[in-house]
Parts: sequence; structure tokens; C-alpha cells
Amino acid sequence: MSLLSGPAGPSADAGWGHDHERKGFFTDTSICIGCKACEVACKEWNRNPIDGNLEILGSSYDNTGELGANTWRHVAFVEQGQERIEEARESGRKLVSLGMPGIGPKSSGPRGATPAGDLSTTDRTPPDTPEFRWLMSSDVCKHCTNAGCLDVCPTGAIFRSEHGSVVVQEDVCNGCGTCVSACPFGVIERRDDGTISPHANRDEKIDRMGTASKCTMCHDRLVDGEQPACSATCPTQSITFGEHPDLSADARRRVTDLHEQGMTEARLYGANPKDGVGGTGSLFLLLDEPEVYGLPPDPQVPTKSLPTSYAKVGLAAAGMVAAAALSFLGGRR
Amino acid sequence: MSISEFDADRPPQAPRRRGRGGGRRRRGLTEVGMGDGSREGAVVEDVEIERAGEFDSYYGRPIVKAPPWREPIAVYLFLGGVAGGSGLLAFGAQCTDRPLLRRHSRLLALGAVGAGTVALIEDLGRPERFLNMMRTVKVTSPMSLGTWLLGGFATFSGMLGALEADRMTGERLPLGVLRRLLDVAEGPASLGQVVLAPLLASYTGALLGNTVVPTWEAGRGHLSYLFVSSASLAAGGAAMLTTPVAETRPARLLATAGVVGDVVSMHRMKESMHPLEAEPLETGRAGTLLTWAERLAIIGGLGTVLGGRNRYVAAASGAALLASSALTRFGVLYAGLESVKDPRRVVEPQKERLAARRAAGITDDSITTAG
Repeated sequence: MSLLSGPAGPSADAGWGHDHERKGFFTDTSICIGCKACEVACKEWNRNPIDGNLEILGSSYDNTGELGANTWRHVAFVEQGQERIEEARESGRKLVSLGMPGIGPKSSGPRGATPAGDLSTTDRTPPDTPEFRWLMSSDVCKHCTNAGCLDVCPTGAIFRSEHGSVVVQEDVCNGCGTCVSACPFGVIERRDDGTISPHANRDEKIDRMGTASKCTMCHDRLVDGEQPACSATCPTQSITFGEHPDLSADARRRVTDLHEQGMTEARLYGANPKDGVGGTGSLFLLLDEPEVYGLPPDPQVPTKSLPTSYAKVGLAAAGMVAAAALSFLGGRR
Repeated sequence: MSISEFDADRPPQAPRRRGRGGGRRRRGLTEVGMGDGSREGAVVEDVEIERAGEFDSYYGRPIVKAPPWREPIAVYLFLGGVAGGSGLLAFGAQCTDRPLLRRHSRLLALGAVGAGTVALIEDLGRPERFLNMMRTVKVTSPMSLGTWLLGGFATFSGMLGALEADRMTGERLPLGVLRRLLDVAEGPASLGQVVLAPLLASYTGALLGNTVVPTWEAGRGHLSYLFVSSASLAAGGAAMLTTPVAETRPARLLATAGVVGDVVSMHRMKESMHPLEAEPLETGRAGTLLTWAERLAIIGGLGTVLGGRNRYVAAASGAALLASSALTRFGVLYAGLESVKDPRRVVEPQKERLAARRAAGITDDSITTAG
């Protein structure tokens, strides 16, 4: 058993072979209109309850707040002024000049230089910075290559599916909650409350109660050759579902396009297989720093440092044995 | 100007400014639309996004989630430590012929591991499925390995505890043929217990450390040391509380070593952390508990060293040490649960480590890429 997935990819490492290509989402936030159809479709298909009573958060047009046991798709809504847009452009420009890895159509010169081809006649002056903008982004489980939740699950309830997604078996999970604190993105959560009926009759039976729950990439739909509910319903194709390598290439092409339009704030999130979680199954195109959307800027799967932690456990135990042994040797009457 | 009688209820408003002159078009909460119904009003209050320094977040909402672990987990951490330490003391007492210390430590180990297991099961979302833990052995899961450790330790402790209880009652327990089996198994069982005991006390460091909870994550390198120290002083304290002083000299030495280790490792752990990650250990409820844990550890330690030969001083010191260990576990649990609430504790250390890697020339491992 390997601690972390190898280059063959998570499904192959989990013993599925190569019959299935890894599936994933690409969420292009630059064309998200914040309609929340994905949230609704997700709730309906997966019969997810609402959290307690209906609440208005009062901070923005987003009243869902965050991903959790009952929310597997969450549309973030951020309003920004001109100053922030310029900062986002600048931080994106810095990323380009760092020489980040890339695949797909390469430019002839160093990274960030003018792409090859005849672009000399194209007007590439950055567009005027708008005075304000709305960032809308549909967040979802990342289905990490090296998934913290899957690694720490003591019952084996969480498994790697044939599509490369990470799925919880509701009937196996005993709700220990270890996975909740192992997810660097704060996605998975134990379902401890929720309701699907109006106030008057709240004696309904909620599925998955007391067990960890999160996006399954609509595993039941994939089995039937359908695509997940969220991507199927997205009216702008901001959420696309497909085979991971294709999505990855699409995402890179889209970033290149946006950069050429002067939108240097565009960047990819999760498309780097060398990152702290081995790349994610759900890719995102963001228009600002990840923390603006509530995403961690440098997530690391805890399993990476587990060998060191185990070494400390062993050392500490040895120290305790030594202390006890010395106590008995020194404690002779 | 009003075109409907209901418009009279709206306060008069200045017409909305057009154009790009000001750059900022913030409207007050009371200002809704144009007042004449000609334009839709704002339904949600405009949000001023406050930016403190270099820090951004999504409306200050947490990024990572705390595990749904409540007080029973702290109780388990404490009792698991007592059980582990007592297992070591029981074996030492058996080897050096201290019958009372051996008996009490074995009974303590059994009681603590039993109650700890109950606390652990009680905290599950679906307690009736606790046996699902035994479906698999997973090296990547400290919880899985810990369950097997706990199961093994509890089995050996159960055998030894039954044996001791039987001896205490003059072999009057209805054990039947089991009595002879237990007598034969005493040696192997006590060996098994002493092998698993220190691991039971220390694995919880990896259990908490192997998370993304900022304070626990930052304490990865030190939690195991802290927990074995806390276990040593607690088990020593328990022995001092229950056993006459004639047999507890090793327990007192172990407790003293535990106090030193506890205080030192807690300070070293805090020093190694980003200030934002250490803050939950020093402030609020967790801070108070940990301050008292340290005080009680030092008081108990001094009592042990100076007055450990006196039965009453020894018992009082033992109680102080037990309380200290319990407070340490509660404090560490609460600090972790608190640390996830502020996204700054996630964002700032992560941005710093990312920047440090970039400064060191590693630019290919960021999750954010330009293409």
C-alpha cells in the first residue's frame, strides 16, 4: 500500500486499472453568473437537507456560506472595487512571471512571453479596468489525487471510485469524524442536523444522518452514464464535467485566452499534480487569490507528513519506556 | 413625484449618481431604489469589504473544519494516557516484586482503558457501528491503528485485571476453567500490555497532528512528546493516589520525569508555531485550562519530589497531577477546535510557507498556477 498516489493516478493505484479515465469537474468562474442552479440541482438529486432553519447570512447574495455535510455545491459571491481588481491582475501577472508549469500550447519564448504565432497585429492592450466586479464561483469537493479524508478513514467507508472520485459509503461510515479534520479544503463534514420538511412536520427521516457526507460526483448518475446533476444543469457551462486530461487542457487553453485578452487575473487552481494534494479532480479557473473565494492558498494533505509523525510517536513511546525503566532501576528500595 | 400612495412610506432619496467619477457607489442601508419606483432597489445591504493588512478571506468564514469531537474525546485522551502509563508501571512492579503497585496499576489500566473506550464510542456519529473500525487495518489512518492498539491493550488489560480481581477476592470469581488459562497467560499478557502501553499513550499525538486543524497541524512534531509526558505524570499520580508510599518510588520518579517533559514539550511546541497557531493555546478557555494544567503539574511535581514519602502529600500530589493531565488534554482539544474558526490561522501560515518555498527557488508546487 502506498502512502500517496503515484504517477499512474488515483484510480489505477486503487486497483481499478485503466478501464476508466479519471473524471472531474472544470469550474470556469469567469462565466459563472451565480444563479445557484447547481446548488439546487445537487440538493434535489442527492436529497440533501437544509441546515436547521432557513437563515439569511446578510453578508452578500450568498446565503449558503460554505460547503458542508448538507451543501455539496456552494456558489461564492464576492463584490470588489477597482483597486482590488488591479491587485488581482497584478498577483496573476506575478504567477505568470514565476514560470509555473504548463502543458498544452506552449509559447516559443520563456513563460509569460508573447505566445508563438502571428499575434503582432492583434491589439493586446489590457482592457479598461472595470470599476467593480462580481466574482461568482461554484465550489465543490476537489476529489483530490491524494485525498486526506480517504487516507484517514478508519472504517474504509471512504473509497476511490472507478472514476477517480472519492466517495463515502453511507452504510459503512460510523461517524468518527476523522475525515472532517483531514480535508485541507474543509469540504467533508458529519451530518448532525438538517431538515427536508417544513416546520410543521419535522419527524422526517434524513438520509446519511450521523455519518460523514460530501459530494459523490453523483456516483449513482455516473454508473448510468449520466453526468453529475450540477454540471448537467449549469446554464452557462461554467461547470463542465468530463475526462480529467481533457478538462485540464481546456482549462489551460481558457487561461491562455483570458491572458491574451489582458485578464492576467485569471489563474488555475488544482491543476498542478505537484501541489500539496497531488492535483485535484475538480479544477477551477479563479480570477483572484484563492483565499478570496474561501479556498486555502497552500493546501497540504496531512498524510504527507505522516511518516514523520509516526516516527515521533515511536520516539515518544521509546522515551516513555526509558523513563519508566530508569524509574524502576533508580527506585530500588 | 409619487405615483402610488405606498411610495409615501419611502424616505426621500437623492438620485443615484451616474458616471465613473467617484469610483465608489456605496449606498446606505435605508436608501432603496430611486424612491419613485422607477428603479429596483438593493435587497441586500452593500458590503464594505474590510481588508486588514495582507489578509483576505471569504467574509471571515472558516476555511477548514474542526472534527465533530466533543468532550468525550478529551476524556479518552486523558484516560488512554493513564491506561498506557499504568500498563508500564504494572509491568515494572511485576518485575521488581511490588504486588500492590502491580495490582493497582493493572486495575487502573483496565478501568481507564474501558472507560476511555466507552467515551470514544459515545462520540461517534453512529455508535452502534463502532465495530466497523475493525473492518480494516489502515496504516495511513492513525485512528485505525489506534483502534487496533486500543483493542489489543484492552484485551490484555482485561485478562490481567480479571486475574487481579480474582486474586483480591481470594479466587472467588466464577471463572472456572478460565482461571487456569489466565494463570498461564499472565506472562504473555503482561508482555503484550507493556509493549502496547507506550504506543497507546503516544499515538494520539499523530491522531491530532495528522489533521489540517491549524494548531494541531503546527504541533505535529511535539504532540506525541507532550502526550507521553502527560500520560507519565498522570499514571504516576494515579499510582501515588492509590498505592502506599512504600511501593510508589518508581511511580514518583516517572511522574517527576513526566512533569519536566510536559512543561518543556509544551513550551517547545508553542515556540515552534506561527504566533497565530499558538494563540489558541494561550488565550480563551483553552489558555486558561492549559495555564492551570501547568500550575498543577508543577505543584504536583514539587509535592512528589519534596513530600512523596508522606502518604497524604503523595495522594494530594497524585490528584493534582491527574487533574493537570486532564486539563492538558481538554486544553489541547479546545485550542484545536478554536483554531479553525479564524481563517487567518489557515491563510497566513500557508501563504508564508508558500512564499518561503518560492524564495527558496521551488516554484513548481503551488496549487495556483498561471496555466
